[in-house]
Amino acid sequence: MSANNASDLHTVSDRLAKNAMRNVSERLIEGLLFSAAAVSVLTTIGIMYVLISESIHFFANVSIVDFLTDTQWTPLFDDAHFGIMVLVSGTLVSSAVALLVAVPMGTIIAIYLSEFANGKVREVAKPILELLGGIPTIVFGYFALLMVTPLLQKLFPELPGFSLLSAGLVMGIMIVPYIASLSEDAMRSVPMSLREGAYALGSTKLYTAIHVVVPAAFSGIAAAYILAISRAVGETMILAVAAGMQPNLTWNPMEPAATITSYIVQVALGDLPHGSIGYQTIFAAGLTLILITLVFNILGQWLRAKFRENY
Amino acid sequence: MQPLTTEQIRSLIAKGKLRDAIFKGLGIFCLAVALLVIILLVSDMVEKGSERFTVDFFMNFASRHANQAGILSAWVGSLLVMTVTALAAVPLGVAAGVYLEEYAKRNWITEIIEINITNLAAVPSIVYGLLALGIFVYQFGFGQSILSAGLTLALLILPIIIVSTREAIRAIPAMIREGSMAVGATRWQTCRYHIIPYAMPGILTGVIIGLARAIGETAPIITIGALTFIAFLPPAPFMGEPAAGLFDWVMAPFTVMPIQIFNWTSRPDPAFEVNAAAAGFVLMAMVLSMNGIAIYLRYKMRKNIKW
Repeated sequence: MSANNASDLHTVSDRLAKNAMRNVSERLIEGLLFSAAAVSVLTTIGIMYVLISESIHFFANVSIVDFLTDTQWTPLFDDAHFGIMVLVSGTLVSSAVALLVAVPMGTIIAIYLSEFANGKVREVAKPILELLGGIPTIVFGYFALLMVTPLLQKLFPELPGFSLLSAGLVMGIMIVPYIASLSEDAMRSVPMSLREGAYALGSTKLYTAIHVVVPAAFSGIAAAYILAISRAVGETMILAVAAGMQPNLTWNPMEPAATITSYIVQVALGDLPHGSIGYQTIFAAGLTLILITLVFNILGQWLRAKFRENY
Repeated sequence: MQPLTTEQIRSLIAKGKLRDAIFKGLGIFCLAVALLVIILLVSDMVEKGSERFTVDFFMNFASRHANQAGILSAWVGSLLVMTVTALAAVPLGVAAGVYLEEYAKRNWITEIIEINITNLAAVPSIVYGLLALGIFVYQFGFGQSILSAGLTLALLILPIIIVSTREAIRAIPAMIREGSMAVGATRWQTCRYHIIPYAMPGILTGVIIGLARAIGETAPIITIGALTFIAFLPPAPFMGEPAAGLFDWVMAPFTVMPIQIFNWTSRPDPAFEVNAAAAGFVLMAMVLSMNGIAIYLRYKMRKNIKW
């Protein structure tokens, strides 16, 4: 009897011990999973650390005023100039061309898919758009240089072989799926009752879409536009292939020019020694790029907060 | 205001209907342009590159002679880099997704991680290249190797995998968790034996989309200094003289498909355009078939699971 009791006790404490082990391993696993989630934060810290620490070396040699005001970008020449505006102008012009294509096209496709198209069309169109968004940018670069530029040259014979225009147009096509897909999601989440109210007052479909659905979904649409801007500003290969790599302070899309991203590619293709000023310029350029996207993202957050609708 | 006559109302309605129809046409036109671009791209590449679709093209190294150049080192490099990327990104991404969905308490740490993941999606891919150049290539001393490239792309696609893992997990109803915990399973056992298996199709979709994105990425790999002309393969395990170790290939210099295409497109000699077209078609076939599998998986999943 007593022996029996002892063995009972024994098993109970065994089970408790096992439970304790279980709790330890549960804790361990939770810790592991947490550290995996923390990697994303480490990535951001790593990005900021690399960009800032290398740029500090750069700005020890080049004054920020020169960096912002010089109108030449010739960091690899003997007579070096570091005017980032040259690269920023190329970046902004090509992005503007891309957005002029992508914003109207993407928005129209989104309104069409969400308000006009029937379910079947939507089922087919969305995957096609996703395929378009999945095409590697280097392939788009090839397309811009070897198909779009010759086509445009038939329209504008004075267009050079490399231009911001053809790169920007193709970039616009590349961005369309992002805008279309995200805006469509935003519009579809607008409740049916809002549309029904508009129809009940005698509105047409188009009127309802433009005056009721789009304003109601505007915070989501703005988020899509901001993502599109980030993509356009940061796009690299299309520009490196089709816009040329000549640093050129220009606001004319018919000219070739280097962008921040294509400059980084150009330098990375050469073999600059680690720690040289030329090597550091790509980090200063990268920092500028991140700051530009950051400004647009903050603008986007503000827009979203301002136009958020509760229904 | 004067009441409208029936005629006027009819003409108003007709005008509204006309505008609707015009817009519908515009929508279809825009969609058609998108479709046309895909068709033009593919047909142009097939037309230009078809003469190069031979076994030699896949089995030859890059060469100065356009008609002898092939993509052997490029596709092998892409395959090896993708292996490293998948091995790093899948466990990390799934673990992070499981943590955020099943473990995380609503506090400021979780909030920071979530905002951070959203923001990483807007970081230009070339910036990941700069990160890798500073950290992997120089700080950690991995050099311009397959390992550096694979890890860079893993970081790049991590947000995609995390977000799709979370979405897949969120679709699993609470009763599954409750049932598992009611019979005494711990949180991890619940995740390991119930949540993750049920979320698998969704996770897989995210992984495939992420890898399809990674295989087409060029900029971050150029930034870490991938070479554009490679006429050898990384050492195979246990081969060569002296015999290479099992993992020697991860430290080898390499090239990948997009870089090979970039190299051929940027050459002035038009003979290389043909190669660029052929290689571009191969790359696109790889990416589009991966995307196709992901779309199919998602379609099938949505049809089959009814909780």
